[in-house]
Amino acid sequence: MGNHVIQQQIQMQHVNVKLILQNHAASDLEPLIPVFHEWIQDQPSGELLLDIADYRHVPAGPGVVLIGHEGDYSVDNTDDRLGVRYNRKAALEGSNEDRLKQAARAALHACRRLEEDPRLGLELRFGGQEIEIFINDRLLAPNSDATRDAADPEIRAFAQKLFRGNDYSVTYESDRRKLFKAVLKSAKPFSAAELLESLG
Amino acid sequence: MKVSNAKWAERLDGEMPESLAREVDIFETELTLRKQGKVDERLIAETRLRRGVYGQRYDNGQRHNGKAVQSFTYPSGSLTKGPSTMWDAPGMQRIKIPAGGLNAGQLETLAELAEEYSDGIAHVTTRQDVQLHYVHIEDTPTVMRRLAAARITTREACGNSVRNVTACPYAGVCQDQAFDVTPYSKAMSKFLLGHPDCQNFGRKFKPSFSGCSQHACGLASMHDLGLIAVTRVENGKEKRGFETYVGGGLGAVPYQAKLFDAFVPPDEILPLAQSIARVFAARGEKKNRSRARIKFLIQDLGIEKFRELVLEERKNLPHDPRWTELVADAETFEETPLRPGGMAPLLGTEAFQRWVKNNTRPQRQQGYVVVTIALPLGDITANQLRSLADIARRFTNETIRATVEQNIVLRWISQADLVEVHKALDAAGLAQPGAGTIVDVVTCPGTDTCKLGISSSRGLSAELRKRLNEKSFELDESVQGLHIKVSGCFNSCGQHHVADMGFYGVSRKMSGYAVPHFQVVLGGEWENNGQSYGLPVIAIPSKNIPEVVSRLTGRFAGSRRNGESFKDFIKRTGKVELKRMLEDLARPPADPSDRSYFRDWGDPREYGLQDMGIGECAGEVVSPVDFELAAAERELFEAQVAWEGGQIEQAGATAYQSMLRAAKALVKIETQAVSDDPGQIVREFRARFYDTQKFFDPFAGGKFAQYLFTAQEKSGEAATQDSARYLIDEAQLFIDAAHSCYNRIATPVSV
Repeated sequence: MGNHVIQQQIQMQHVNVKLILQNHAASDLEPLIPVFHEWIQDQPSGELLLDIADYRHVPAGPGVVLIGHEGDYSVDNTDDRLGVRYNRKAALEGSNEDRLKQAARAALHACRRLEEDPRLGLELRFGGQEIEIFINDRLLAPNSDATRDAADPEIRAFAQKLFRGNDYSVTYESDRRKLFKAVLKSAKPFSAAELLESLG
Repeated sequence: MKVSNAKWAERLDGEMPESLAREVDIFETELTLRKQGKVDERLIAETRLRRGVYGQRYDNGQRHNGKAVQSFTYPSGSLTKGPSTMWDAPGMQRIKIPAGGLNAGQLETLAELAEEYSDGIAHVTTRQDVQLHYVHIEDTPTVMRRLAAARITTREACGNSVRNVTACPYAGVCQDQAFDVTPYSKAMSKFLLGHPDCQNFGRKFKPSFSGCSQHACGLASMHDLGLIAVTRVENGKEKRGFETYVGGGLGAVPYQAKLFDAFVPPDEILPLAQSIARVFAARGEKKNRSRARIKFLIQDLGIEKFRELVLEERKNLPHDPRWTELVADAETFEETPLRPGGMAPLLGTEAFQRWVKNNTRPQRQQGYVVVTIALPLGDITANQLRSLADIARRFTNETIRATVEQNIVLRWISQADLVEVHKALDAAGLAQPGAGTIVDVVTCPGTDTCKLGISSSRGLSAELRKRLNEKSFELDESVQGLHIKVSGCFNSCGQHHVADMGFYGVSRKMSGYAVPHFQVVLGGEWENNGQSYGLPVIAIPSKNIPEVVSRLTGRFAGSRRNGESFKDFIKRTGKVELKRMLEDLARPPADPSDRSYFRDWGDPREYGLQDMGIGECAGEVVSPVDFELAAAERELFEAQVAWEGGQIEQAGATAYQSMLRAAKALVKIETQAVSDDPGQIVREFRARFYDTQKFFDPFAGGKFAQYLFTAQEKSGEAATQDSARYLIDEAQLFIDAAHSCYNRIATPVSV
């Protein structure tokens, strides 16, 4: 009963998933721009992809963002940690688990496409161990102890499934002004394909 | 789009000023009614614009993707939020920041909104506003509520209204000011916001305050209403007042503001602004948007007649106690420091010393400096906004201002704290040196997000910043202080007219393909409140603009005479020599397989490729139209040279002739039966290109054709220095539009 009440208190909408890249210190993102333009031409994700915002000039910024209607894709350098990020903008039906999975799948599929794109060489490769999960809505999920307590069981259940029962750690963003963020770190590295398989 | 939208009104109940809360409720209802089809799309367009909710590029649901024009199908189907503006298409939210003044809590609110509703970036504009891009219209009421809770409004940030009242960001701490204009600018902002006399303008109205006449921080000379602080002694006592200017503005054709009154007492500025607003509302153009700014009204009436009408209006104005109440405490207004003043450190790292050199400025108050945070292209991340809030709280009483150079300043920094402030800013990625120098390029959004953009101003600016930063320490001292400003089109949002080197986007054809270009504008002046405007010299392909900068700065550094300014260097060198210096850069690439010319900075899509076919290079084939348009450009250049030489009549006549030649070139696409008779050329042009709208710019409509028609009507009148100058600018825009028209006819390009 108690858990049920807590789960009702937090609705995980607008989930962001960021896959931290191997070479996360620095990377030239210019080759990414024609790739994202091609994604707009081909619309490969099933979501409506619209435009590109280029913030390469901003230190520790959003990098290059592929703006979509349902969600944005980016190679994001926030906190000087380069990662492939999916930012779900449109509301999603279903459970919190469904929404976590949707965002993770979107990020992992995008990451695989980038890894496989010959124009990017080996520059953009998933590090295999670190995944950041944000809830991009401060009203639904203020960055507070209460949110953390309410979200933690579902995030751990998600991590358990994602990392196939291997050891992992979860840490949370401590600056209350920032978005609610959980950082999942697996003891064992996985490829994007393996994680996609985990999600079924 | 956000699930939480419905809950924010309840959450913020009691935290928003009642009037703002009510306004947002009304706006939200209007959006709902539009979704139900009960509000006309034109009405909802102006309604949202007046609340700062702007359209963005591709919001008609179409985008040229490099191969073809791609149509987007949105979930809301054909529902629109304005003519040809799809409901679901992302848009821009402009946020008014009066006088650029912000506190730490407001920075944190902006950070939250940038993350939750935009793309993580807040953009500082050249009018001290903040913009968020890619915002869904259904999120905008929540954005407004959260801003209202932080005491910020977006009301009248766009639309035909009084825009943000800007002010010198150094007001109160500047060494050269007459007095602090901050409280007066805020009083005007408050007084004119939503004022009934300001609701029926044909176009926008931009006020600005400067604390002195010699610096450009407030840019009074290029505003609809510009007020410069002055003092005079009356009966042995110093009195405050404002040198008041009206009718300035950049836009396609820049106008210098005219002096309205050399000394307006503080308790008269609000009724005077109200009277001007009344005259503008009553007499300003309403139908023809291209002639609807107050500068045209003043040009048509003459400043004397305009002044007479305003003073007559002032006499009849019913008294409003707020005229004096709002400025009553202005003389005692004072900001205070958080920490005691101190001495500047004598030592520090090289990076620190470089930063101190350009990013700090001594205050009039001993022991304190203003620190400028140079934002690349005006962009700041959510994390940086929060860090800046922390720094402002730690070192100041949250005395933060946005600037018209798209930066942010922290005032009242104790010199004793400079090392720690630099360290804290550096940790946040906010300690880039070179504020206000050549590397601190100012730019409008251009083709990145603006519907009017022709060339990628941000792409070019980022490239210039990168290249100049790489060699900034090798640059000659005289070059380091120059200003570069870039606009994506002729509308001057990047303020290219008041830069040492200004650039604005135009399109041209090269080798049969449409190619992004920038018109090079030289000789403008940033100092003295932006008091003189540059003139276009030559259009150069985007990809060659860095070389233009390199050549001009190299020549300036090498041949500068006795502390000569760049403006004087340009004048001394002369248009003929400047054009000779640059004209090889305007030619098609030597290697026809070099496709880089046909792409813009940061955008791999090729212009025009879809119709011409890959690899088909028609470089050798130059049509008669190309030749004639080139000849029109040449004539216009001669007009500019004549104007500079003081041959005003000849300048005006030649500029008019260049327009006729360009018009005739287009007419000859359809018929060879056209003589050199101006009457016949204009008649044929009107029938074939104006009435059919073939000449119409996608956004400016028939504005540029009107320049030709007006020039013909006035062709018998004697030219003045001002009128010839305006005609030259108009001829340039007409010829640019002729190029665009020809490009559209020959190679349809979706930009």
